[in-house]
Amino acid sequence: MGGKAQVRLIDEFGRRHDGRLPEEMRPVRMQVGVLDNSDGSAIVEYGKTKVIAAVYGPREPVQRFMVLPDRALLRVRYHMAPFSTWERKSPAPSRREVELSKVIREAFEDIVLVKLFPRTTIDVFIEVLQADGGTRTAAVTAASLALADAGIPMKALVAGVAVGKIDGVLVLDVDEIEDGSGEADLPVAAAPDIGKITLFQLNGVLTEEELSKAMDMALSAIRQLVELEKKALKEKYAFSREVRSE
Amino acid sequence: MAGQDRVIVAPGDTLPDDVQGKEPYVIDIGGKKVATVVGLLDLRGEKPNFIPLLHVYVPKPGDVVIGLVSSIGVMNWFVDINSPYAAVLTAQDFLGRPYNPLTDDLTRYLKVGDYIKAKVVAFDRSRNPLLTVNGEGLGKITEGKIVEIQPAKVPRVIGKKKSMLNMLESETGCQIFVAVNGRIHILCPNKDLESIMVLAIKMIEREAHTVGLTERVQKYIQELKKIKGIGEA
Repeated sequence: MGGKAQVRLIDEFGRRHDGRLPEEMRPVRMQVGVLDNSDGSAIVEYGKTKVIAAVYGPREPVQRFMVLPDRALLRVRYHMAPFSTWERKSPAPSRREVELSKVIREAFEDIVLVKLFPRTTIDVFIEVLQADGGTRTAAVTAASLALADAGIPMKALVAGVAVGKIDGVLVLDVDEIEDGSGEADLPVAAAPDIGKITLFQLNGVLTEEELSKAMDMALSAIRQLVELEKKALKEKYAFSREVRSE
Repeated sequence: MAGQDRVIVAPGDTLPDDVQGKEPYVIDIGGKKVATVVGLLDLRGEKPNFIPLLHVYVPKPGDVVIGLVSSIGVMNWFVDINSPYAAVLTAQDFLGRPYNPLTDDLTRYLKVGDYIKAKVVAFDRSRNPLLTVNGEGLGKITEGKIVEIQPAKVPRVIGKKKSMLNMLESETGCQIFVAVNGRIHILCPNKDLESIMVLAIKMIEREAHTVGLTERVQKYIQELKKIKGIGEA
């Protein structure tokens, strides 16, 4: 693949190239506790995008000079596996990955109660296993679940989703093809339980009305995603309960 | 799924206003009580009670913990106490006399990998926890086995009025010491009972949030004893 075959992004019935309606998300799957060696972990799939996150900590910092005297240092590493893209991606962290690590970290800095664990670090490792657009938003969702699974106190769960503009239409949860040929891309992450937007980026141009509509679409999707996150967290405990009460 | 009387809640879920719960696990945001970790909301009592199912152990002065010696300094040992902070045990405290690093060697007393039972003397946000082994039952652990569980599950291993602990002890004849940092020291009459005990503790950890656990664990131990052929008498 990888060829630039012209795909009609929106057909005459208003459906997108994969058959979704503009306000429809890809199928979402979430699971927590997928890695035994980490304190908390989660895998999140938005359609073909697959992201795994692992949390270690709070723990003693590996390098002493990093410690903060009054709070835990949150470290986030967003990384795309070499096999996650159509063409092999160099495993060395790229400029993009360094930037995304920063924005994802900032999406959690006001959410995680870092003041409870001074002089420690909380490490979040995010690995994109398969990239099909929306990896940063899936990464935020996975990181949020992994942090909750690690038992690190946080004010609320965070989820992310991107809204794009293709052929003049606002569409929810853009995938790789739409992202590549769309006119705008607006990744948003928020914690709806406490009414906070924690990640907001815009690539391309949107009018004020479009931006406002796009935000409404994103926030309503994020509310659904957070509900799914809660379901995934509760399922971990509901399972053993059902087994035992047979 | 969760019944009506006990509900599993996730971070960000709003709790009833009169909920009983400790500070970092239940916080006030805009006048609403909010859970910050995955926990169990128990609605059976007079007031709803929030029990965290996951938490990170943060030492408090007075806690009796089981520590694992992780490295050795000039005048002290560094002890892993299953918390984000490495604890310090001074040589002088352990030996009960002044210690001279020029004439003595700390590895003679405690090596890396040894377990100790110790009490947290001091801990604040600016310094690592300081341990002491002066006290009854404290010191190096020389026999038995250590089982590690999530610190949030410790109350469940003890049970209401020590019900779980008493049941475990009477069923297996083991001596059990449960430290608040999630490490459990068991001392059993034989290896079979020891492995049964480990399995029972792991079962409690796995199913800590379920109802009627003590009876189920008891049944489980009895089944295992039958399989191992340990006397009914």
